[in-house]
Amino acid sequence: MAHKILIVDDEPNIVISLEFLMKKEGFEIAVATDGEEALAKVASFGPDLMLLDVMMPKKSGFEVCEALRADPANAGLQIVMLTAKGRDTEVAKGLAIGADAYVTKPFSTKELVAKVKSMLGVA
Amino acid sequence: MKAKHRFALAVVVLGLLMTGPFVVTSLLVWLDMKEAERDMLTGLLLSRLPVGTMMTLFGFVIGVLVLHKLFKQYVEGLLRMAETLRMMLSANRNFRVTPEGPPEVQQLARAANDLAQQRDELMDDVDAQISRAKASVEEEKNRLAALMSELAQAVVVCNLDGRILLYNNRARLQFKALAQGPTSVSGGALIGLGRSIFSILEKNQVQHAQEVISQRLSSGKTAMSNFITTTRSGQLLRAQMVPVLSASGDETKAMSGYVLTVENITRSMEQEARRDQAMHSMTEGSRSSLGSIRAAVTNLIDYPDMEVELRERFMRVVDDEAARMSQRLDQTMAEFSDSMKTRWPLEDILGIDVIAAAQRRIEDKLKLPIKMEELDDTLWVKADSFSLVFALVFLAAKLQDHYEPRELRFRLSSEGKLAYLDLIWAGAAMSSETFYTWEMETMQVGGENSPLSLRDVIDRHGGEIWYQREKAAHRAFFRFVLPVATPEVAQEQDERSRGANRPEYYDFDLFNFEDKSIDLDRKLSDLTYTVFDTETTGLEPSNGDEIIQVGAARIVNNRLLRQEVFNQLVDPERPLKPESIPIHGITEDMVRGQPNIDVVLPAFHEFCEDTVLIAHNAAFDMRFLQLKEERTGIKFSQPVLDTLLLSAVIHPNQESHKLDVILERLGIQIGSRHNALEDALATAAVFLKLVPLLEEQGIMTVRQALEASEKTYFARIKY
Repeated sequence: MAHKILIVDDEPNIVISLEFLMKKEGFEIAVATDGEEALAKVASFGPDLMLLDVMMPKKSGFEVCEALRADPANAGLQIVMLTAKGRDTEVAKGLAIGADAYVTKPFSTKELVAKVKSMLGVA
Repeated sequence: MKAKHRFALAVVVLGLLMTGPFVVTSLLVWLDMKEAERDMLTGLLLSRLPVGTMMTLFGFVIGVLVLHKLFKQYVEGLLRMAETLRMMLSANRNFRVTPEGPPEVQQLARAANDLAQQRDELMDDVDAQISRAKASVEEEKNRLAALMSELAQAVVVCNLDGRILLYNNRARLQFKALAQGPTSVSGGALIGLGRSIFSILEKNQVQHAQEVISQRLSSGKTAMSNFITTTRSGQLLRAQMVPVLSASGDETKAMSGYVLTVENITRSMEQEARRDQAMHSMTEGSRSSLGSIRAAVTNLIDYPDMEVELRERFMRVVDDEAARMSQRLDQTMAEFSDSMKTRWPLEDILGIDVIAAAQRRIEDKLKLPIKMEELDDTLWVKADSFSLVFALVFLAAKLQDHYEPRELRFRLSSEGKLAYLDLIWAGAAMSSETFYTWEMETMQVGGENSPLSLRDVIDRHGGEIWYQREKAAHRAFFRFVLPVATPEVAQEQDERSRGANRPEYYDFDLFNFEDKSIDLDRKLSDLTYTVFDTETTGLEPSNGDEIIQVGAARIVNNRLLRQEVFNQLVDPERPLKPESIPIHGITEDMVRGQPNIDVVLPAFHEFCEDTVLIAHNAAFDMRFLQLKEERTGIKFSQPVLDTLLLSAVIHPNQESHKLDVILERLGIQIGSRHNALEDALATAAVFLKLVPLLEEQGIMTVRQALEASEKTYFARIKY
């Protein structure tokens, strides 16, 4: 069965690339464009991994991450924070509140794919 | 015994001396004689008695005359001399004894005169020495004050209680700029001698800094402390504190006060914040777009055989995001260009001052005449004036060498945030290569070298320079583009001219000032006063007349501080009476738009804090203030002295105690009068003259002055 990946980002221009890439890798994809939708999709779609943008309307990536980590039911969900906030303090915050990886934009798509694969154990 | 009585006694003694021995001898002889001898003697004597009596009387008269003469010369003469000597001792130093009378008295007089002479010389000498010493102390103080006033930093010296002993002009301007509110002095940034620094700087922070310094002092470290504080108006101040150590020669030096240098860093902090924002917008703002582009491009490269539709979408992403990035870049540059400039310390300087300096150097060094075209003489630029002037002289020298212009011209104009400084000459066209080499070579004029090139100077200013021809006029110019500056603090001249003398910005006697809650039993000359006057719409406060101007000045340590004044027009919110306008000279136009009394009174109250109030005919002014108590909640509860009553205390028999009359009586020259501030200053001058006169009458303290005032007739008038 294909792994499910939820892409959460309010920028359609990056979503299109991420969606294309992940589909090419054979993952099952869902997209959310804000924090609240992301929480809803986690419940309905049940992803294995989530690519989560930080700067979003309604709920920030940090808030989404915290909300998810507060619920033990989501313990198995891998979260990769994907953000334009490059300061080391923010990287530290992201990891501290429970993200499994933190990737700063712009990133190499190849490395991102490699990282996602290794996290899902499909290398 | 009085001299007269002694004279009478002497006369009696003389009489006894002349008759006594004869009478006694006669009596003894008489008692020894027989009856016959007595009869014979009587017969002999009686016939010759008149002659003897005559002789005796004659001798007596001569004796009295001699006695009288001696008395006049020695006793009365010496008494007179004694009086003269007393006079020389006290009233008139230059008085001398006239040598007269017998030689011995004259000698005494001369000796006394010589002594007086010697004393005068000594006294003159002492006076001269004292005034020399005073002058040198005064000179040192003045030098210090001058030094302080020239400093570009705001400097405030305080004693340990936080009372201000010295401040410089920069501090005054800076804190004045901090003051907010519509009146001339308000907003809690009151600077003044004897005032508390805590109205400006946070007390806790100042005291903390004081503690830090004490600790550093005791551990032998450099005693200094820095802190940043926010004012009530939200400005950021950076203060540096260094201690003033007591002058005593003790091993352990105690702190007796401190020097604060204060810098308003609100502006630079804002700039820092803007710079930060710009950086942020450039970096993080670009990350998203770049991320989208990079992902899209990688996909395009990695999957060349994707569907056409998808390929087009990826291309659009690249196009779209690239456009967004360019737009953001433009926007950032436009918004933040000011804060992105180089950080070379540039000063704000009038453009024409740069030109004037360059003109002098060029005419002096190159003997090249300079003419001026349109100059915007209000234009301030941000410049490093030394290197900029050097660059102008360097270009002038280059032009002189290559094109031999007969004269050069300057022009100064501006467009938006940019100032244009043009150096114009008439002559042949110049190649861009030539200008390029000029731009890059290190500058040299005559024997003077600069390590910089023209390009360096331009870069340092964040400016630009180019060469341009005015074909029609057959001439060309170099255009320096410099950033326009908005000068931070406008210099005020009016306040400098108010005091004829140098500004009273310091008072070191305040070092030993105790805390200043008003103590009625302190000497009059020791207290701090606010002397004030009001102008009003009329004379009947209870009938609706209102204050239209409040003027006040401070007396600190027996000195009138002409720099620390309160001068505020007030909108009475009712029409002025036409008949009163000639008296106060204040017209409708002047009061409209001014703050009303509800605003002015709190500010004036703050100005008066911790001082005794003084006014001429104070009851009148106080009545106006008291009638506002209920409405404004401001109560003037401090003691009030009235110069009218004090004058009546000193001169109870004089008919008039009007301010003008008193001024004349006390010999005080005052320029113009009849505006509130001028009258307050005049009243202050009167009070300072009255203080020593009151002391002569034994009125030393405020309490005594208040009691004496109450007893005068005038104190019974009510408004």
